[in-house]
Amino acid sequence: MELLSPAGSLPALKAAVDEGADAIYLGLKDDTNARHFAGLNFTDKTMAQGVNYAHDRNRRLHVAVNTFAHPDRSQAWFDAVKKTHDMGADVLIASNIAVLEYAATHYPEMELHLSVQAAATNVSAINFFKQFGIRRVVLPRVLSYQQVANLAQDTDLELEVFAFGSLCIMAEGRCYLSSYMTGESPNTVGACSPAKFVRWEETNNGLESRLNDVLIDRFADGENAGYPTLCKGRFNVEGAITHALEEPTSLNTLCLLPQLNNIGISALKIEGRQRSPAYTRQVTRTWRNAIDAMKKNPAEFQVQEEWNKCLSALSEGSQTTLGAYERTWQ
Amino acid sequence: MKFSMGNIQFYWDKENAADFYQQVADSSVEHVYLGESVCSKRRELRLDDWLEVGQELSKKGKTVVLSSLALIEAKSELATLKKVCLNGELQVEANDFGAVEILSEAKVPFVAGAALNIYNQHDLKVLLDRGMTRWVAPVELSRDWLVNLSKGCEYIGIKDKFETEVYGYGYLPLAYSARCFTARSEDRPKDQCNLCCIKYPEGRKIDSQEGLELFRMNGIQTMSGSIQNLINDLPSMEGLVDIVRISPHSMEAVGWVDKFRNALEDKSRMSLDGFCNGYWHKIEGMKAIG
Repeated sequence: MELLSPAGSLPALKAAVDEGADAIYLGLKDDTNARHFAGLNFTDKTMAQGVNYAHDRNRRLHVAVNTFAHPDRSQAWFDAVKKTHDMGADVLIASNIAVLEYAATHYPEMELHLSVQAAATNVSAINFFKQFGIRRVVLPRVLSYQQVANLAQDTDLELEVFAFGSLCIMAEGRCYLSSYMTGESPNTVGACSPAKFVRWEETNNGLESRLNDVLIDRFADGENAGYPTLCKGRFNVEGAITHALEEPTSLNTLCLLPQLNNIGISALKIEGRQRSPAYTRQVTRTWRNAIDAMKKNPAEFQVQEEWNKCLSALSEGSQTTLGAYERTWQ
Repeated sequence: MKFSMGNIQFYWDKENAADFYQQVADSSVEHVYLGESVCSKRRELRLDDWLEVGQELSKKGKTVVLSSLALIEAKSELATLKKVCLNGELQVEANDFGAVEILSEAKVPFVAGAALNIYNQHDLKVLLDRGMTRWVAPVELSRDWLVNLSKGCEYIGIKDKFETEVYGYGYLPLAYSARCFTARSEDRPKDQCNLCCIKYPEGRKIDSQEGLELFRMNGIQTMSGSIQNLINDLPSMEGLVDIVRISPHSMEAVGWVDKFRNALEDKSRMSLDGFCNGYWHKIEGMKAIG
């Protein structure tokens, strides 16, 4: 079972390699990937350095070209595929049919993984994408553990699951909440609840967070004020002020580790290309330790308190959840 | 330009649904979508019931399409999806690539629904080769996007090989989750939801703390807080859109078919107070222009 860590920059990539990630995933510095944030991602130069750093230490590099090609400039997405190939990355992660098809026809020898943004949640959907020669499917965070286990039996492709990080609660790649509120779609611009629309304001009612002028949350003194991701706001449902969709929280599957190993999951993905190199370092170190401990003695595996402590401190709202893996969350 | 009545995305009881389809049968709408696209637990009408409704509507000259579930997770859902896809009578709207796979493997032509993330001519070409006859655009796409896409289709020679449909009127389906928000709003676990969605035939409002209507919860689906209304935008659909969908949230949806048809003919405009149409104009979906 491979540990796949996020890198939004070269220092983060090096931290992931140094702390024992088996593979690192990154995006190019444009809107062809779903973490298209200012100051983030890789230029030709940093990517070349990243490829060398990873390959010198026998680690693999995955490149996410996982937004959806625009009809009038699809070439930018095809160029990103070409670059991924030409610069010697090991894997292309893609979701858009156009991108997958281009990769399959132009670079048939390149390893292809189906991005979570393709939202393949069932074996028939996975079979649809087989026509592009994908080797692995990154599963959406909407499946229960049992559903993941069923899929592992029903498909011969490798499965990758999200192990830790910010929790997207909607079927990925099919969520238009952010474009409804800001006009910019994660699918076509590459960011959910983009930072340029965020505004913080100290008011008589408390600290207020807004996204494109819409009040997302209002915090009392001493309350933990998180980034205004719009599905994690506090809203009014017929008079009740509540986290109507989800609370600020992160996914943490440490306690599922032996089970995920048992059902043959190929890779555990850490979310967070938008986070700091320090985040990548700490999360990678913790998961490396946990995976190694589990592999050494699966039957006796126990989650160490210090692992959970470290991960909670790096989580949204300092709290974690098993998310959809657990039926009660649903 | 033709009009369609979308499938009922909310959970209505059988009597209301029957009344509704009686009115739809007597309306001028050309295309009708039936069936469940949101939650597999909603069984007021089952597949046989839908097929029966479909037969009645067909007799009245409507072209009927059976919509399929958008989020397929459980094996039981996949089994139901296969039955829907291979129903043998009605064409099917595929709202998940699982449905596309089942339909194309069976060589059954299909409608590609708005819940499929299809964004460009290359995507459409692949689906066309697998049997797509009509494409319902994702709700977030703008007129500009469709213009560029149309040019792209022309360039690769597929422009006139399928119909294009857009959501013209109704609450927009914006997202699908494993979580049932309606059950959660009643403090019920999803597995003991008591089918409580039936109490909210127009969904449950989610407003900002300042009273702005943001979203509507509809089971595992999140919808737009405002009704999208593209009635003033009909002239700008010329040459781009073949079918305009009215998506029902109440009986009043039937009346909007003629309102749209009349507006198309006499080029009249109406106030958009309380509606939104931002997506079409390449701005925030929740806003309104004109």
